[in-house]
Amino acid sequence: MKQSITLGKVTKFMGLGFLSTFKDLFTGKLEKEDFKNFLRKVVVPMASILLFIGLWFLGARSLYNVEAEYKIQKALTDQGPEAAEALRACIASGDTSCQPNTLPSPSQVWDSYMSLLKDHQIISADKAAFAEKTAALNEKRIANGENPITYTGRPSFVDQIFRSLQTVFAGFLLALLIAVPLGIFIGLSPTLKSSFNWFIQIFKPVSPVVWYLLVFMIVKTLLIDSNEDSSFTISFISVGLCSMWATLVNTAMGVSSVDKDYINVAKVLKLGPFQKVFKVVLPSSLPLIFTGLKITLSVAWMVLIAIELLAQSPGLGLFVWEEFQNGANDSNAKIIVAMFVIGVIGFLLDRLMLTIQNAVSFDKTDAI
Amino acid sequence: MAYLELNNVYKTYGQGDYATEVLSNINLSIEEGEFVAIVGFTGSGKTTLVNLINGLLEPTSGDVLFKGKPVMGTSHERGVIFQNYSLLPWLTVEQNVFMAVKEAFPKKSKSELNDIVAEYVEMVSLTPAINKRPKELSGGMRQRVSVARALAMKPEMIIMDEPLGALDALTRGNLQDEILNIWGKDKRTALLITNDVDEGIYMADRIIPLRPGPNATLGPEFKIDIERPRDKTEMNDNLNFKETRNAIIEYLMDIGNERKSQAMEEFVLPDLTPKDFVNQFK
Ligand SMILES: Nc1ncnc2c1ncn2[C@@H]1O[C@H](COP(=O)(O)OP(=O)(O)O)[C@@H](O)[C@H]1O
Ligand SMILES: [Mg+2]
Repeated sequence: MKQSITLGKVTKFMGLGFLSTFKDLFTGKLEKEDFKNFLRKVVVPMASILLFIGLWFLGARSLYNVEAEYKIQKALTDQGPEAAEALRACIASGDTSCQPNTLPSPSQVWDSYMSLLKDHQIISADKAAFAEKTAALNEKRIANGENPITYTGRPSFVDQIFRSLQTVFAGFLLALLIAVPLGIFIGLSPTLKSSFNWFIQIFKPVSPVVWYLLVFMIVKTLLIDSNEDSSFTISFISVGLCSMWATLVNTAMGVSSVDKDYINVAKVLKLGPFQKVFKVVLPSSLPLIFTGLKITLSVAWMVLIAIELLAQSPGLGLFVWEEFQNGANDSNAKIIVAMFVIGVIGFLLDRLMLTIQNAVSFDKTDAI
Repeated sequence: MAYLELNNVYKTYGQGDYATEVLSNINLSIEEGEFVAIVGFTGSGKTTLVNLINGLLEPTSGDVLFKGKPVMGTSHERGVIFQNYSLLPWLTVEQNVFMAVKEAFPKKSKSELNDIVAEYVEMVSLTPAINKRPKELSGGMRQRVSVARALAMKPEMIIMDEPLGALDALTRGNLQDEILNIWGKDKRTALLITNDVDEGIYMADRIIPLRPGPNATLGPEFKIDIERPRDKTEMNDNLNFKETRNAIIEYLMDIGNERKSQAMEEFVLPDLTPKDFVNQFK
């Protein structure tokens, strides 16, 4: 039987149920019962967002005032009253050269966001123009067996985001490929479990920084003959190793705690070991495996920033670090933009995993 | 030599201080083609007994012999209908049954297997629900899938552990008839565990009560000499039926009372006599 798929179903499925309430508001389908829901799911979050921005605004302004006052006082004691007056005027005029350097206000962050987008458009246009210009030449070079000329300009903010996503997915994939099979073996065999237990207990709490250093030591030596930039390799391996533990532990737990009834079925039907693992053990531990994968992905995204920064691998982490080093007048605002982008992407990744999980696993609570 | 034989079987769970003796000195023999029912209270060890026979458990001591050979692990010759359905929730009705059939007949082609699946799903009248998953089915439908899965493997002996316990009276009656039909068709051997004396009398050739544990053991058997096919409404007027039914229920009630008085004995009451309040005020 085919099930009809409605917008409501899809949004609910993806954990975005509040959207359909929102839709009902505009289509006038909202019932009295739903009104409470609407208040709770749309109005209250909106209000709390506004409150957050308000508090941020006030906080940023008072920090700004403290910083400005301090600067003027300093000018007064160091250079005399005229310099202090000039500085006060300069700050009031909004001149970028003398602005106090502190927590940026919401509007400054928004401006930075827009300027980063504009910067991205410029760089993309630049890239396109470059590609057009070199197309003919590159064809010739490839025909001659030479390397084509590639664009080596500065990456835009959006490019950095995609680089980060690449790193995190590569790391996540690595974690999945190591942790799921290993977890299955550990969960199936009590002997393996006790022989791996110390290993898991010791390596699980190791910090991302140490993982990075460890991977760096090994990969540097392994790639000693290669001239390629190994920073991407190092950072995605570190991300994977750092984040795989939740999946490993959950998979092993899921596999070793399959409902006794299902195991009895497997025995009565006399399923072979292969069939037993793929038809009974794995499907029944899928919900736990996915919970592990979800944690893994969010940990991977969290440690990615720190690891990119250490590895000098292009991406959001490096972006934040460079802006911090840069110390330009809008650097702080750009760092806050990056913070929000990181947060929002983390949230979306979590939703993505939830969606996949809902699609592949049966509902354990209803099942007998 | 009987078809299935249990000789001096004991079963204890756990070891040392944690040991719980569940079954003790079980002796049972079932002939080929017979339909035997075992009735007993909840927790008396019925599932344990079933698992010893189907090979999921090993006896602590004693022998379980199937066709003269000791039972070692499970076998396709003995089909099991579990107490709690035990369907795999991630598979549809069709896939649940197919999985069993494929294991039972590894040499058959896929289309032959599909035919068997369709036949047995139709037999329990679940063809309209064949692509549904267990959670979309009612309790009765789930149990019918479980019945279809066990029977589709064409076992020589059917072992049923309270297969209809969780069902309403109407569904229960229908499934009883379906099971009897299948059993009657090619005269397989059947062992039914139940907590319903009427069900036992309606379906079985013999009823054996399981005296409740710890140390549960089998009581005296009651033969049901009522001709088949039996009719529920007619049976109620049958003298033989009434007598057997009363005898079994009396026996079980006696066990129940015995158990109660035993439980009383375990509490050592303080040696006190109540004060004679009433006389005090006279
Ligand atoms: N795996 C086990 N370990 C320890 N005790 C068990 C186990 N399985 C069952 N028992 C105990 O054995 C007794 C009989 O259980 P069971 O055979 O399931 O009874 P029934 O099927 O008649 O309700 C119960 O007291 C139960 O607590
Ligand atoms: Mg039971």
